[in-house]
Amino acid sequence: MKTKHKITLSLLVAAAALAGCATDSGTVDIDKLTANIVKASFRDEGIVKASVLDTDETNRACSTADVAGKPLEEKVSKAIEAANLKTIHWPAGGKFLGDWKEGEKLAQSGRGLTWTDTATTPNGGNCYNCHQIDKKEISFGTIGPSLYNFGKLRGVTDPASPGARAMVEYTWGKIWNAKAYNACSNMPRAGHLGILTEAQVAHIVALLLDPKSPVNQ
Amino acid sequence: MRMTKALSLIALGCLASTAALAQKTAVQSIEEYRAMLQDGNPADLFEAKGEDLWKQKRGPKNASLEKCDLGKGPGVVKGAFVELPRFFADTRKVQDLESRLLTCMETLQGLDAGQIAKTPFGKGEQNNMTALATWISAESKGMKFNLSQAHAQEKVFYEVGKRLFFQRGGPHDFSCASCHGQDNTRIRLQDLPNLTRNPGDGVGFAAWPAYRVSNGQMWAMQQRLNDCYRQQRFPYPGFASDATVALGVYLGVNSHGSASVAPAIKR
Repeated sequence: MKTKHKITLSLLVAAAALAGCATDSGTVDIDKLTANIVKASFRDEGIVKASVLDTDETNRACSTADVAGKPLEEKVSKAIEAANLKTIHWPAGGKFLGDWKEGEKLAQSGRGLTWTDTATTPNGGNCYNCHQIDKKEISFGTIGPSLYNFGKLRGVTDPASPGARAMVEYTWGKIWNAKAYNACSNMPRAGHLGILTEAQVAHIVALLLDPKSPVNQ
Repeated sequence: MRMTKALSLIALGCLASTAALAQKTAVQSIEEYRAMLQDGNPADLFEAKGEDLWKQKRGPKNASLEKCDLGKGPGVVKGAFVELPRFFADTRKVQDLESRLLTCMETLQGLDAGQIAKTPFGKGEQNNMTALATWISAESKGMKFNLSQAHAQEKVFYEVGKRLFFQRGGPHDFSCASCHGQDNTRIRLQDLPNLTRNPGDGVGFAAWPAYRVSNGQMWAMQQRLNDCYRQQRFPYPGFASDATVALGVYLGVNSHGSASVAPAIKR
């Protein structure tokens, strides 16, 4: 999986030797050099520890694919999606939907987990940064698809009905761990990585699926 | 985020009958706001301060920076900015403008580079650093970026910078590419340049240092990258660290041929 990026120019060896990264074969392992540079360059600040860069296999594989400019092989993305799917924590008592009004507040907030935040800064969901949601909010980003009419377009008229079950579960799962459905999605894994609590995930699911939510008007 | 609020307020000022119309009007209002910003750039003040600092005798060695070699020979400022970061034979390192200034402040003036690097942005010698970077960038205004990739170490730094750009991590899995890897996207209403290729004249790397109206601050590239990493929920990148310089090489080389508009003005 891991691509070795070797540059074999002899000139390079002299330069890289200075950085302590030349190998016996006279090549430079750029990935290793990058790892060393990251280690030397980043430090703890406020609530953010340098160790947040010790990431998991999902991110490592996706970063490597991004650098190569090629999508992951089908089999690799399926394996990553399966591993992420296993991490999803399903709601206690099957309570998938919370309060859409709380969900809207969370969707609006982009706060939390930066080094200028504190441990008590409430984390936002960051949703509007990338998605259109309630049509009344015109300040929305476009990195992700529009979520306006999310439930309506998917035919969810009663989220408690058996017919809606699959879509309700998918929506929960997508918020909890977006990589379960798209290995290298740009979307954070809000539940899995502890950005949002179980109750907060339910509020966002309600924002998207509750027939009374402005999203579905 | 602050600008998002400001723009939302502007938008609220033009309540229209349909959402589509409201959006168009808001975008127009924002464009008008941006056009107004072009009337005068407070960066001029930082530029003047920077020029004075370059010529002023300072530090334990009571020397000016006029013999500082920014890559085109001692004292040559014009055109230096659009060729940075580059490899320097004396330090045997790839350096960006700010890390090179640290070298000159230490070797010529006897100032403590380590101490300056540790100083927070907007404080003490960091304010002087910003002013110097602003003036030096202004001396290359309108010139096209032309970073060297001739030295092996410059090539290595480009490759490292590329990997840093795509490095996913932190609690949100963000990389630089999460926001700057596609064409025609925005965060809230803020347009995002695609920095994986050449974003064009005066965009991205070619737009910093810049004066930011929203917070009344002058930022050079080190601070720009620092705040990107903050919002990315990454840990703190050291000032003039190899990671920030390598990222600068990646962005600067990608901007090859684009004209620098620095010092720019931003919302």
